[in-house]
Amino acid sequence: MSLARTLGIGLTGLNGQLIEVEADVGNGIPAFILLGLPDAALNESRERIRSAARNSGIPLPNRRLTVNLTPATLHKRGSGFDLAILLAALAADRSITPAPGVVYVAELGLDGSLRPISGVLPAVMAAVRDGYPNVVVAAQNQSEAELVAGASVRSYAHLSQVLADCGANPLELQYRARHDSPARTTAGWSATRSPALDLSEVVGQTQGRYALEVAAVGGHHLLFTGPPGAGKTMLAQRLPGLLPDLDDAQALETTAVHSLAAGGRPITSLLRRPPFESPHHSASMVALIGGGSGVPRPGAASRAHRGVLFLDEARIRQTPFNVSTVEKT
Amino acid sequence: MNHNQELGAAGEELAAVYLTGAGYTVLERNWRCNIGELDIVAETDGQVVGVEVKTRSSLGFGHPAEAVNPQKLRRLSRLVRQWCVTHRRNPHTVRVDVLAILMAPGREPSIEHLIGVDS
Repeated sequence: MSLARTLGIGLTGLNGQLIEVEADVGNGIPAFILLGLPDAALNESRERIRSAARNSGIPLPNRRLTVNLTPATLHKRGSGFDLAILLAALAADRSITPAPGVVYVAELGLDGSLRPISGVLPAVMAAVRDGYPNVVVAAQNQSEAELVAGASVRSYAHLSQVLADCGANPLELQYRARHDSPARTTAGWSATRSPALDLSEVVGQTQGRYALEVAAVGGHHLLFTGPPGAGKTMLAQRLPGLLPDLDDAQALETTAVHSLAAGGRPITSLLRRPPFESPHHSASMVALIGGGSGVPRPGAASRAHRGVLFLDEARIRQTPFNVSTVEKT
Repeated sequence: MNHNQELGAAGEELAAVYLTGAGYTVLERNWRCNIGELDIVAETDGQVVGVEVKTRSSLGFGHPAEAVNPQKLRRLSRLVRQWCVTHRRNPHTVRVDVLAILMAPGREPSIEHLIGVDS
């Protein structure tokens, strides 16, 4: 009967791809069909969308609703498509007319509130790279999305506000805000990191300091051996303090990795200092190099991108890293 | 007759009036055979249409058309073809429609006509 399209971003690791969300309202028994290889979280978005739409005042059409995420062969994951799917569905029903060329990246709550997702930074980077700088995100994701140069970010707290901007009849809209939602920790993730230690605090250790400086300048790997208490760990922890600030491109890359690893925690600033990762010597292979079922999550090695991966007690490590050393990636 | 049966009968009455107004010819109502019952058999432009009428007095238990599940839909298409066979009509051009009627007390009934739901 009628068709509409919106845009979303699918993430595979750090690589975002523009996904077209097509919705078709057809004649038939009421149903909601979601095509395009959705995972479990995405399949559940049908129920979230139905409730969010009703609680915002514009229910979904009681028709056969078919939503297709193209390219259809790419596996789509996560809840970040909720908003794009809902707007496509309502637009296909002619309830609203969203502006073309806008990318929507947000999860929906049952009450219609827009919720933040993890990995907004790489998603917005992908949108800007593909030539769609207009991005709509949840309010809590705004500061993270705005870190991308060239992106024009709009953020909303509630679906009814999005619908009002898409030309919905304001008299029909309802705003049911959550009152007792747990406040997300606003303490910046970078604040949880200890300040870089300085090599000037080290007395003596001429050889060790020289080795550190050479490694920092040349980007070399470094192995410290010696008896306990010789100062290996102390020296290694001071390597990040020697490294220069990250430039814009490096900072964006590094922050994108941490955006995925942050698991939805708000990211408010670019990571400008080289990260320092010091996984415990009993850390598993997956914790070190990343992995996980379905969605690959960055491990310590990825989080140390453009920084220092410090493997203490390398001899008693149980993972194949046990020949590795302090490494500047 | 209990309340729901009365509601259903009123809905089918309304549906017949609506279909006639929309240019359909009502051929038969409440046709029964061994596999079930067709609410209305109508004809438009030479095509036989089996119409399932679903009437509800509120949306409290969902939209009326949601009650037509895939199993019911299959039975409906079989029923229409069965009707065609019994009445010596061509069973290959049939179609199934659903009329979802909402009869809220004290309000004008609303009718939604879902055309060709079996395709």
